[in-house]
Parts: sequence; C-alpha cells; structure tokens
Amino acid sequence: MRRPAARLLVLAPLALALLAGAAQAGDIAPHERRSGSTFMAPETQAMQADDTGNPGMLWVLQGAGLWEQKAGASGRSCADCHGSAASLRGVAARYPAFDAASGKPIDLSGRIRQCRSERQGATPWPRESDEQLALTTFVAHQSRGLPITPPAEPRLDPYRETGRQLFTSRMGQLDLSCANCHDDNWNQRLAGSAVTQAHPTGYPLYRLEWQGIGSLQRRLRNCMIGVRAEPFAAGSEEFIALELYLMQRAAGMSMETPGVRP
Amino acid sequence: MTRSLVSVPPTARRGEIVDIRAMIAHPMETGYRMGPNGAEIPRHIITRLVCTYGGAEVFSAEFFPAVSANPFVAFSLIAAESGTVAFEWTDDEGQTETASAEIVVS
Repeated sequence: MRRPAARLLVLAPLALALLAGAAQAGDIAPHERRSGSTFMAPETQAMQADDTGNPGMLWVLQGAGLWEQKAGASGRSCADCHGSAASLRGVAARYPAFDAASGKPIDLSGRIRQCRSERQGATPWPRESDEQLALTTFVAHQSRGLPITPPAEPRLDPYRETGRQLFTSRMGQLDLSCANCHDDNWNQRLAGSAVTQAHPTGYPLYRLEWQGIGSLQRRLRNCMIGVRAEPFAAGSEEFIALELYLMQRAAGMSMETPGVRP
Repeated sequence: MTRSLVSVPPTARRGEIVDIRAMIAHPMETGYRMGPNGAEIPRHIITRLVCTYGGAEVFSAEFFPAVSANPFVAFSLIAAESGTVAFEWTDDEGQTETASAEIVVS
C-alpha cells in the first residue's frame, strides 16, 4: 500500500501553507454549500445517478434481503416489527439521534446494532462488516432525495458543540484541523483530488478507491490517518459528536445514499 | 449470498438496439496483495462472464486480475425475439452465479 504515504507527502506543503496563515478561517456560507458529488468527474456523477451502474446498489440489494431475514432468539426480522422499509423514509436524514435509554446520541449504524442485540436477541455485526453496511445503506437509501433534518433535540446540543470543537481542533503530527481543509480550502485540490466541503450526504457510500462501501466513520478515520492523528475508536462518542456536527452543518442538503466517490 | 444487478429493457421493438448492463458483487482479489500478517491473499477473481439470449450465447468476456472489484459490464444487443437474457459468472474456484431478465419484443 503506497498510496497513503504518497498522500502524506502531498499534505506537507499544504500544512506549511496553512501554518503561514494563507487561508481565511470561517464557515461556508449557506448558498455556497455543495455536495461532494458536485466535485466529481461527470463520469462518476453519472455512475452515482444510474441505479444500474451504481455499485452501492449491490449493498442496498443485500440490505433488502437482510431486512426480511429472521434473526436471533426472537426469531423476528426487521420487517416483522417495522413493516415495509418505506416506513423508514426520512429516518436516516434525522440521525444521529438522542437515545433516551443511554442518555447519549446514537448513530444509525449504532441503532441497528442496538436493535439487533436488544430486540432481535442476535449478535450485532461489526460496524464495517458487509452485513452491517448493507443494512445501514438499505435503511439510509429509503431517505434518498430528502433533506437532512437534524432533530431539534436540546440534549444533543452539547454533543454538537463537542463535534464542532473536534472539527476545528488541530490534531496529528501535521497539526491540521478538519476546518483547515474543508472550511477554508474546499475549492482547492490536494494533489489530484478535490478537497470538498465535507458534507456527509451520501453515506454509507461506495468509494472507488476502497472498491467497496464504507461508513462515514471510515472516511473520518481516513482523514485522521491523513493528518497523522490517531483515529478515534469505531462507534466512539467523539465520532458520533463529529457526525452530529457534520449533519447539522449539512442541514437541508439532499440525502444521496448510496453515494459514489472517487 | 449472490448480489448481482442486471438491466435489460423489459420491452423493445424488433430490430432495436438495446443496452444491457450487468454488475455483480465480487472481491476480485488479485492474488498480488499481502494480508496484515504478510501472508499472501490468494487470488479470487471471476474469470468468465457469459450472456445468452434465448438460449444462444451472444456475449462473453474473460476477466483478469486488473478488473476492479464488483465488475460492471455494459454492451448492446439487437432485440430479435422475446426471450430470456441470462448471465452466468464463473470464478476461479469454479463457482457460478446466475441472473436473468425477460425482454418482450414487439
């Protein structure tokens, strides 16, 4: 795997430019917000738009099968309680949500794992497993085209604030925050790749680089490794706080799941 | 579990050129990579795709390690008769996966 090393090398000049104070700090103006898909080549955009060519649809298909599959001690499937998956239209656009039982926010993948262990009495799948991603993609796909609508739950606000702080905190050996690139330099390129504005509209999404589908947390992990920081643990409070902030930041933008990215 | 998506227009006029697409979930592991422990990851790729139309072979392709994971193939056919367009993927472990779709020609 030589790519990450190459990517780190190209990050270094950017880091220097940022340290020199070349960039303007600040949030992206609402009318300037763009989905990551608008930064892609027309061919990749066409791939995402065409359901027969979007490889993410393979996971949607698998998820549809899992939705009907009975599992665990309860012997029940998702469909046995929730009925048709269409009943979940709009749900993914509201996640992460507040989980009253634990008193903490929970992301969609976490909710599916919780449902699986508590309601179905089955072992939850690991977060990056094919099954977990497939079911999450299938559920999120039901909200495609709907605007992201973060819940107006006041108990989520402290976590959103934590997320904002994480987004703007410099981290790692390159000492870069998310905002250094995604707020201040989104119209630039990092080597051949567009920097983009970091709006999580299409997750879980198919990355051509991964040759598979991956979660938002996997993407965040990638970025953290890129700035040579130690990534947060999978499903950790930090990641969910970041996810909360990112969804708030992208409020009103359309869901695209399953997205395709280069 | 097989995951494949095929796209065949449900109806066509006789003599019309129709677009056919087929995609299948497969790791297409090249055999050139090493796992985290330094051990070789064995090659596991689809080697052949065959498409039949009304029972007759109309398209086939050989795949090699350079083909990406979840291979996607698109080609065109001349709609001659109503019938089944069937796909069969064979991997190097000898496993086959199939999918099919009907086309009505008027």
